[in-house]
Amino acid sequence: MLEKLSALEQQALEALEGITEEQALEAWRVAHLGRNAPLMQVFSALATLPREERPLVGQRANQVKTRLEQAFAEKQRQLKEAWLARTLQAERLDVTLPGRRPPLGRLHPSTQQLRRVLSILAEMGFQVFTSREVETDEYNFQLLNIPPHHPAREMQDTFYVDAGLKDDTYNWVLRTHTSPGQIHAMRYFAALNPQDPPPIRIALPGMCFRYEQITARSEIQFHQVEGLVVGHHVTFSDLKGTLVDFCRRMFGQEARVRFRPSYFPFTEPSAEVDVECFVCGGKGCSVCKYSGWLEILGAGMVHPVVLQNGGYDPQRYTGFAFGMGPERQFMLRYRVEDIRFFWSNDLRFLEQF
Amino acid sequence: MKVPVSWLKDFVSLDDLSIEQIARALTFAGLEVEEIRYVGWPMQEPIHEFKVSGLSWDREKIVVAEIREVMPHPNADRLVLCDLYDGQQQHTVLTGAPNLFPYKGAGRLPQPIKVAYAKEGAVLYDGHAEGQKLTTLKRTRIRGVESYSMVCSEKELGISDDHEGIIVLDEDAPVGMPLADYMGDVVLEVSILPNMARALSILGIARELAAIFDRPLRLPDLRLPSPYAEGRLADQVEIEITSPELNPRFVLGLICDVQIRPSPYWVQRRLKLAGMRPINNIVDATNYAMLELGEPLHAFDYDVLRARAAGGKVHILTRTARPGERLRTLDGVERVLQPGNVLVCDAQGPLSIAGVMGGAESEVTEKTRNVLLEGAAWNAINIRRTMLMHNLPSEAAYRFSRGVHPALAEEGVRRGLQWMAAWSGGQVFGDLVDAYPLPPRHAPIEITPSQVERLLGFSLRRDELRALLERLQFTCEAFGEDGLRVHVPPHRLDIGEGIVGVADLCEEIARLYGYERIPTTRLSDTLPPQIGNPAYEWEESLRDLLANLGLQEVITYRLTSPEREARLSGAQDESQYIRLVNPIAPDRRVLRRNLLVSVLEVAERNVRHRSRIALFEIGPIFLPRPDDLPLEQPWLAIVMGGDRWLPSWDGGATAKMDFFDLKGVLESLLERLGCDPGSVNGVEWKVESEVPYLHPGKAARLEVEGERLGYAGELHPLVRERFDWPAQVPLLVAELNLEVLRKRSRLRAARPVPEYPPVREDLAVIVPEEMPAAQVEHLIREAGGRSLTEIQLFDVYRGEQLGPGRKSLAYHLTYQAYDHTLTDAEVAPIRNRIIRRLESQPGVQVRRTG
Repeated sequence: MLEKLSALEQQALEALEGITEEQALEAWRVAHLGRNAPLMQVFSALATLPREERPLVGQRANQVKTRLEQAFAEKQRQLKEAWLARTLQAERLDVTLPGRRPPLGRLHPSTQQLRRVLSILAEMGFQVFTSREVETDEYNFQLLNIPPHHPAREMQDTFYVDAGLKDDTYNWVLRTHTSPGQIHAMRYFAALNPQDPPPIRIALPGMCFRYEQITARSEIQFHQVEGLVVGHHVTFSDLKGTLVDFCRRMFGQEARVRFRPSYFPFTEPSAEVDVECFVCGGKGCSVCKYSGWLEILGAGMVHPVVLQNGGYDPQRYTGFAFGMGPERQFMLRYRVEDIRFFWSNDLRFLEQF
Repeated sequence: MKVPVSWLKDFVSLDDLSIEQIARALTFAGLEVEEIRYVGWPMQEPIHEFKVSGLSWDREKIVVAEIREVMPHPNADRLVLCDLYDGQQQHTVLTGAPNLFPYKGAGRLPQPIKVAYAKEGAVLYDGHAEGQKLTTLKRTRIRGVESYSMVCSEKELGISDDHEGIIVLDEDAPVGMPLADYMGDVVLEVSILPNMARALSILGIARELAAIFDRPLRLPDLRLPSPYAEGRLADQVEIEITSPELNPRFVLGLICDVQIRPSPYWVQRRLKLAGMRPINNIVDATNYAMLELGEPLHAFDYDVLRARAAGGKVHILTRTARPGERLRTLDGVERVLQPGNVLVCDAQGPLSIAGVMGGAESEVTEKTRNVLLEGAAWNAINIRRTMLMHNLPSEAAYRFSRGVHPALAEEGVRRGLQWMAAWSGGQVFGDLVDAYPLPPRHAPIEITPSQVERLLGFSLRRDELRALLERLQFTCEAFGEDGLRVHVPPHRLDIGEGIVGVADLCEEIARLYGYERIPTTRLSDTLPPQIGNPAYEWEESLRDLLANLGLQEVITYRLTSPEREARLSGAQDESQYIRLVNPIAPDRRVLRRNLLVSVLEVAERNVRHRSRIALFEIGPIFLPRPDDLPLEQPWLAIVMGGDRWLPSWDGGATAKMDFFDLKGVLESLLERLGCDPGSVNGVEWKVESEVPYLHPGKAARLEVEGERLGYAGELHPLVRERFDWPAQVPLLVAELNLEVLRKRSRLRAARPVPEYPPVREDLAVIVPEEMPAAQVEHLIREAGGRSLTEIQLFDVYRGEQLGPGRKSLAYHLTYQAYDHTLTDAEVAPIRNRIIRRLESQPGVQVRRTG
């Protein structure tokens, strides 16, 4: 019996040796470890053996069974490994082929830049205040200290809107700047407490319009963001500090900022704010027109007349305001050379950002 | 303004400063130098702070020389040979300059002609090339005569673009002197902002420089040149001003026996560098004095006025024009004058349009012998209107429209007469006639160090303030404990009174102190009330949602035309638009009433480059309102069309987007906004076949509780044909009124995530074809009640087994309780309710599918 077991064992292991496929392995398992396998019959025949042989044969039969089971498991593992190796080999891709991209939506470059500006300002405590695009001459000019026929009107070529009035005074305009929002905001806040109006710290984003030829450098519509601060202790040195902080957040902590006297009818004193050219580091290049500096902001202390018009007593309050163009900033940032890209909405442009 | 630096040096010493230092000082005082143009002076190493152009004249190779004789060229009629001496040696120089031809063959000239002489190797502009092209003078032979040098034209030296002849220098030009030393220059192009009208003159800029560098300003001596002509002008001329508001001052002077001839070359050169054209010595004197002091002058031919006065006193009258009055101005144009135009007249009628342009009849001509010179002050606004009305932007009108101080009227006349006498040989009357009915009132301004600190954020003592202000010729006296009473100098009109004056003075203080030196501080004032801006934030979140849904944001022009909008919805009534008075182009003449057309225009422009288009814009449309500014209503427009997926190399992109791609985007959007069907503010999709630009069978009207939110659908095939869009490819569009949507959108409280397993089952319903799926879903939802938490349509089937006019809708239904596991015993009655409810509808039949 014991010899028979050894023979079974050897036979089975030999048969296993040549197996290379899953199916054959299963057949082998049925043949050698299945219910009707000779080995199993040895177990069922145990009872017929003489009592003293039983433990020895039983032990040996168990030994063979364990051995075959181990061999089976080992073979199974080998086959799986081989199969895996084959499969993985067969499934190889050319991973340099392009991927399948999901359609991606994007925000317009102007929106992106507006958000950069507004989020920096928001962290500095400036809240968004918006106002209308079609304005009266009064709000767009007169209340901002630009009376009719003031030479400053030449600085802003204006689209006049037919208000359906009989005379030729075009008293509606497409706003030429977001500054009318300064008056709207001051009057809004002043109305909250006319005797002691609260301080103001707002950002005024919006579309503005100028009567211009459309060229690479000038557009008939463009965004502006203005900042306005009014309070009891607001000074020109605060204006400088605020704008230096803003420019460093926008253009990098290394950015150098300079202030030059300028003129806006609604601020006094007024300043032009330049940032050292971040393209050439101030050495001079085509972006900064070889000046080393980029004009980024106009600013100034709110003119006493404008404070007065907004309901804030210029004897008690001071304020500063500043304005900037997101499209211009975006153009500098990404070296866009033609402002017409913004409203032409060519996807080959928009999809780059 | 073009400012020759040599001219500035007449009034302030600048020799120790580099050109860049001067330019930087002006720029940082609010007079931005936009360009530095070298006209002869040695160019400094460019430092990239300014735009630099122009030409330096080599001191060795370009010198003053004299032509002693002009001889014919042996082989060419149109060339001459000059016998020239350059201070060291004799040369024979070849030239074709027509202004030397008169001297050809005349032998040795009694008076040599002084010229600008360039030797071999000199770098000049090419006189024959278009524009300014540098060239180096080389030795060559022209028609058999050797040539290695030349006499220069203005174009070759970069003074002007004149190449008609050579420059003839003044007789006292020193032969042999480097030309750069004799008449080299640098022109600063200075941008003068409206508040700097006082600097619209050489003296004005010199005054700023004197203040910046704290050095003396050399004011010109304005005494009239003697000996005087005999008599008193006051006996011959009188002035009548009818409206001092429009004409606060009028000054006249007279010069007799002038000889009209060209001005000295140095005068012509300066005028040209400053951008003006020399005419003759009298006209040039008015322009030269204007550029110097800032007061525009006008010269009349006095004999014409005498003739018109017919022997009587010349009576000069200033008044506004009468209806229908006409004047031929010196540009030869007969102008119809408008009421409001101020005129300078005599007893016979108009002589000139005040401050803007003179009349032709009394203008100075070759024959003029006696010149009456006018200097006046005019109302800036009135001059500006007149200038715009007649489209006459003259140098005079430009200055007057920005404000010229009346004090300059007299100074200008004196300066003009001085130059006329110097350049024409005439004699000046010893008196001026001066009518000055309305001197400007300058109330002194009281200012204290604390006021300065309140505005500027740093403190200066009284004596420091005084020192700064006095540099700009303000006069100051002590006032109160530490204040100053400041008097405005008589050349400025830009300083206001009271608190405005204080702000104006603070600007002057800050400017001279230096913006760079002012401290940099952070805001220390109280933070204002934090009110936020929910509407703005909502709109921004909408942009994010749409971009997240795969749509590209676009921003288009607010300006369009009714014709452009008609492409979508047919002919438009122009009166329904907000119209521009001065459009830049006919197709941008109104404000848009519709946002969708703009986005469709973007789609058609891009379809050539992209097979998949998915765009949105958020922005206002503009609707007229009676007696009020237009309504600016925010809208959202969506345009989608083309491939559903981006093109791919394995051909995955064949399906085109259809109505349900658009609807899916909108459903996702509405769900995020808390407006999905089934919620309190649920948006309903109503079948819509009445919108003319939408496909009648593929369009929906979106409503919330009966309020219209907008439309979504496929563009009508006939409308699609009007756009540059491929046939057979559906164009999906939507437009939503954001005012309505924002009102309806809100946060929804979170629903708990169920802890107990749901019961899921499928339900197939056979319904008549015309029954909308939404109605079926609505019936299921109503009958299902709260336990029915999800209804998902997973199949729509039409087939022969169903018979014609019928469709089968198959749903996954999910039943769910939040506090226990639902049993079939609980679900069964709900299911039965749903089935009963559905089958109560005509033609509806339910099939349980398991």
